Amino acid sequence: MSAFTVPQLPLGSIQGALEFIFEPQPSNVTGGKLVGGLDQTLELALTQLEVTVLALALSMLLALPAGLYLGHRGIGELLAVGLGNAGRAIPELALIAFMAAAIGVGTLNLTIALAVLGIPPILTNAFVGIRQVDRAPVEAARGIGMTEREILFKVEVPLAIPTLMAGIRLATIAIVATATIAPLAGVLTLGDYIINENVYGENGVVAGAIVVAVMALSLELLLALLQRRLTSKGLKLRPA
Amino acid sequence: MASLALTAAVGEVGKGFLRERTSDTLPCQATEKLFCFDWAKDNIDRYGTPTVQHLELVTLAVLFGFAIAFTLALLAHRRRWLRSPLLAATGVLYTIPSIAFFFLLLPLTGRGVDTAVIALTAFNLQVIYRNTIVGLSNVPASVKEAAKGIGQTDRQILWRVELPLATPEIIAGLRIATVSTVAIATLAVFAGGGGLGVPIKQGGIDFKTNIILAGGIAILMALAFDVLLLAIQRLVTPWERVARA
Amino acid sequence: MRTKTTRLSWLAVCTGLVLVLSLGVAACGSDDDDTSGESTAAESEGGGGAIAANPANGKVTLTIGSKNFAESEITGEIYAQALAAAGYKVKTDLSLGSETIALKTLKQGEISGYPEYTSTALESLFSLEPGEVPADAQAAYEKAKAELEKDGLTAFPPTPFSSANAVGTTTKLAEEEGLETVSDLEGKSESLTLYGSPECRQRIDCLAGLEKYYGLKFKSFHPVDIGLRYTVLEKGQADLSILFTTDPQLSAEKDKFVILEDDKEVFPAGNVIFVTRNSVVEAAGPDYEKTIVAVQEGLTLPVVQELNARVELEKQTPKQAAAAYLKSAGYVG
Repeated sequence: MSAFTVPQLPLGSIQGALEFIFEPQPSNVTGGKLVGGLDQTLELALTQLEVTVLALALSMLLALPAGLYLGHRGIGELLAVGLGNAGRAIPELALIAFMAAAIGVGTLNLTIALAVLGIPPILTNAFVGIRQVDRAPVEAARGIGMTEREILFKVEVPLAIPTLMAGIRLATIAIVATATIAPLAGVLTLGDYIINENVYGENGVVAGAIVVAVMALSLELLLALLQRRLTSKGLKLRPA
Repeated sequence: MASLALTAAVGEVGKGFLRERTSDTLPCQATEKLFCFDWAKDNIDRYGTPTVQHLELVTLAVLFGFAIAFTLALLAHRRRWLRSPLLAATGVLYTIPSIAFFFLLLPLTGRGVDTAVIALTAFNLQVIYRNTIVGLSNVPASVKEAAKGIGQTDRQILWRVELPLATPEIIAGLRIATVSTVAIATLAVFAGGGGLGVPIKQGGIDFKTNIILAGGIAILMALAFDVLLLAIQRLVTPWERVARA
Repeated sequence: MRTKTTRLSWLAVCTGLVLVLSLGVAACGSDDDDTSGESTAAESEGGGGAIAANPANGKVTLTIGSKNFAESEITGEIYAQALAAAGYKVKTDLSLGSETIALKTLKQGEISGYPEYTSTALESLFSLEPGEVPADAQAAYEKAKAELEKDGLTAFPPTPFSSANAVGTTTKLAEEEGLETVSDLEGKSESLTLYGSPECRQRIDCLAGLEKYYGLKFKSFHPVDIGLRYTVLEKGQADLSILFTTDPQLSAEKDKFVILEDDKEVFPAGNVIFVTRNSVVEAAGPDYEKTIVAVQEGLTLPVVQELNARVELEKQTPKQAAAAYLKSAGYVG
């Protein structure tokens, strides 16, 4: 291991980074153009957000119906759980690089690659969530003559919300993290600041890291609040 | 003094060094082919050092992560008020994308293996912490009561009863953490920490065979760790074997 | 009793983990940077080559860096292996990044030297206008050296070959739009996309220059990794891409790709010069410059294109290509 250097107080760097976020700065590369500033930062952040939301929507569209169906019928456990494990093992850099080399760069291709990352946790958690629902209310619902569809959506899903939302949150974290390195594949997200120190300087790099961290945490907070909203009161009374 | 006796022969490349190349005579690796077996066979040793570096990164990150998260979980097991704050704190570390973490650490620890290991450790704290807490909480009260009844101290109960019963959950957490860390560690190249991201980023980012090999080795490594930990889990919980049979 | 067994099992697991931990720490002790490697004199297969090892050089350790594309890594490896043959202890830290990163790493003392291009040094590092960059290789070298002196740096004489940035496209598009020179893009560039490296946006010998001196506005500019500059053309996503005049694809795949002539001379050609710190030159002795100047004599344009082809097309490592060159040209036995 390299010798552990004495940590210097990073106050200077943080201030430099914060300035970078809000005010255009001269670039490391001479050529007269300014870099950074609120406009560029917001543009990059919006691209990252856009790509994240699109990929998440695509993942949910593909994975939720499948996971809910399989969970309700109680079949395909190997697929649902196995896919979840396999999805965790996908190396992000390899995924992005392969996508760029095989199908090309661009927002559409990136969205597909990110959806590949988002599908496993959503699928697995949908399956497991429905399977773990208490059988008693389900049997009761069947007893009073509800259709399978009604049982799924009116009984099982509401009871499975915590697990379902956990899956969506996992997918979001994975997607946001991978969207950060999208600049390698030509889509300009906040990773542009982070990966290209030669253009943006150390201030830019730390600025990018800060904004990405804030974005990820905000999304997570939003989803946590949404989960709280959607979880029925009865579930909330249960101990954690 | 170095004897740089430059005759006419030295400084000119030999005959046959320069080769003609045309579109149709390009070897597999220069084309868009998905996988070049011959090239892979001849060049597999390129992935040796990155693989070893990758193993180091993952092992260190998971061991440190386990040491820290396990300790935190033991603390929070006794003091309920610690549970939520610690869950939130480890959650924050999990949510922040690792690559951002590398560069947030940049002013403090610079580039290198240190930074990569710290970030990867922080990443896998939450899973291990949460699974340990849940595993310990799921021990039936009746079992603890019985142990207390026969005169065991709190400490003895923890180590002889609660932890063994929580082992499946804890190792499940370790499995998830390890597999995820193997995948994330490909990004360590950005922090200057080596790993299997190096051949991808610097050995041909457009070369599909290369990406498949480096990524494939990472996926196999994750699988191997998963199976290994599963085997350890089966080993340390012999009573579950009976239950399963 | 059951509790005894489980406690033993826990102990076994913990011991195992500790063993693995110590293994990890032990392996960690043999430090290896992600891109660094060691070239020792032993690798140069003993005597027989023109470069003979001078034992006095063994006291000096040099770290050779390079920029993040194949040609730079190859020249870096050639210098590194030649210096190792001359008896120095040599480490490599290739693919550092673009010129600003490499220069910063050099100034901070993390590397001893790296190969730079006179054109890049003058236009990108020292903000000269294209008109101020001398066309003559020696004059450009002198000018760059003078600028570097201000920072306590120096450069060794230039290589025979030179390379330049170029605007490239597919032969198909060039024929369709009638593109032969960069000026032909006038009026057409607004509907064309351009792909280049991230720093291209700011560089005068890249996008900034195209906008300023050619007055071109593009539909969009997309920064991508240098390694993808041909992939984006091939996949049809880029209309135009920033290429290098020494790229092997331009001759091997000349039916597919073509570069546009730089008629306004905004992209000057640059020869490679080895940039290093004055303090290193003093410590390393006369063989430092001598070896570098000698070993680059054989780097003519066809040779460099061949080496680029081996690395970029045949996917050899820069190390392999450099070793083959040194052997074939008789520098190393």
